[in-house]
Amino acid sequence: MRLLEGRGVTKYFGGLSAVFDVDFDINEGEIVGLIGPNGAGKTTLFNLISGAHPLTSGTTRFKGENITGLRPNQICKRGIARTFQLVKLFGNMTVLENVYLGSLFGVSRKINGSDAMRLSLELLEFVGLSAVGAIPAKELTLANQKRLEVARGLATRPELLLLDEMMAGLNPAEVAQAMELVTRIRDKGITIFMIEHVMKAIMSVCNRIMVLDHGVKIAEGTPNEVATNRKVVEVYLGE
Amino acid sequence: MDGVRVLSKRFFPLGLLCLFLLLLATMPLYAQPYLVILLTTVFMYVVLTLSWAIFSGPTRYISLASAAFFGVGVYLSAILGQALPLPLVIAFGGLVSFILALFIGLLTLRLRGMYFIIFTFGVSELIRHFMLWWETNFTGTVGRFVVAVDQTAVYYVMLVIFVMTLLTAHLMRRSKFGLALRSIGEQEEAALHIGINVTHLKAITFAISAFFMGAAGAIMATRWTYIDPSIAFNPLSSFMPVLMAIFGGTGRLYGPILGAAILAFLEEVLITKFTYYYMLLFGIILIVVILFLPNGLVGLFKRR
Repeated sequence: MRLLEGRGVTKYFGGLSAVFDVDFDINEGEIVGLIGPNGAGKTTLFNLISGAHPLTSGTTRFKGENITGLRPNQICKRGIARTFQLVKLFGNMTVLENVYLGSLFGVSRKINGSDAMRLSLELLEFVGLSAVGAIPAKELTLANQKRLEVARGLATRPELLLLDEMMAGLNPAEVAQAMELVTRIRDKGITIFMIEHVMKAIMSVCNRIMVLDHGVKIAEGTPNEVATNRKVVEVYLGE
Repeated sequence: MDGVRVLSKRFFPLGLLCLFLLLLATMPLYAQPYLVILLTTVFMYVVLTLSWAIFSGPTRYISLASAAFFGVGVYLSAILGQALPLPLVIAFGGLVSFILALFIGLLTLRLRGMYFIIFTFGVSELIRHFMLWWETNFTGTVGRFVVAVDQTAVYYVMLVIFVMTLLTAHLMRRSKFGLALRSIGEQEEAALHIGINVTHLKAITFAISAFFMGAAGAIMATRWTYIDPSIAFNPLSSFMPVLMAIFGGTGRLYGPILGAAILAFLEEVLITKFTYYYMLLFGIILIVVILFLPNGLVGLFKRR
């Protein structure tokens, strides 16, 4: 089933086109990667999908419903969650409170406090942060902060999770753990669309990869197809 | 035995509070009239500061619009005081301030940080000048008289407003909305992305905080008996709650209360001796607190 669909997605900031006429489809159960050099428009594309920025033109549809122009809180309630390139945790609140907020407000149906709390504790367990539930989020290591942000996103019961450079700043061991977490999330039935620079991670875990450069989609296909695509190689190695 | 200890630990602060409130409630029976009047002023500052902190504490949107909401209450008291009974006047004062804040909130809460602060200050000043212009050109008066009310009644009304504000502040802090408000102050963009309707929550909370300011204004006007736009919308009514909340600290519920109470008493003591310099001292206190005690008195007690 086509979960997320974008047609002609375009975003201008003043005279600069950050994203230009991009089409994309994300199907249920996939892990789709989004790569491209810095400044290619990847995070902007996520911002357009999540509602953080309005589109200049084009449409985005989620589960068949037109979500173009909706506000982020409305889009979250419909089932899209995201993480941020620079982690945006509620630093002075505890790890548990961060996740608890997501479970309380991120769902379209009313949820009572104890159910939300139970879900939050389960999620902390799922991402491996049970031991630090009472610690202020700002005191976590970077790797744990990223995991917390994922847990908070999962608390909103998404069908689609947008991960923005989840592995940035992690050492190889942490990258491996993060990759494993991504697979486990997919196994729970959640579709994943992820921006990454860490090639090893993207190539091994994704079904499909999209490549952006200067706001334009230049390639799309399986990891192998993309890795051997001449345009992609040029863009990354600058030949 | 443990059960008793736990029970007493939880109910001790509550019991203390009830005792304290009982003491305050019976004050007019045995205290000097001067003390009653002084306490009324202290209550006013506490209500202003506490209600300011209901919104500005967790969200960290520093509002300088308190004078606008307080002044609306003052003015309604002058306009309606002769036509309606006192409880209705106070309710109206609160209600109109609530609606005004909702309106302003939906307009301006897209602004952040410094822009929001300056804008709220601008709104207060705009309303002040507008009222001055209106009163001069349309109603032909600059000042208005307010129906006087017995000092003891004023005291009790302010006490009731204080208790209501305190209860509201406490309940909000403990609720999921209180948690959501804090998350807005921490990372508004993230709060929005986990489903919190940030715009609505900010506007409603802003309006709730304005309600109590309006109610307080409505009753305080009866004590002053003569008001004009410069008295009603005095910018100091915007600055003092901020100063008092910073001094007391916004991290805990008692911070704004303590800060307002101490500085209100201090103002009373100083205003007679150093009529021209007491504001200077307040400014110095503010600077010292920001430099050395950024979490206010609450921060000081927490460290111990």
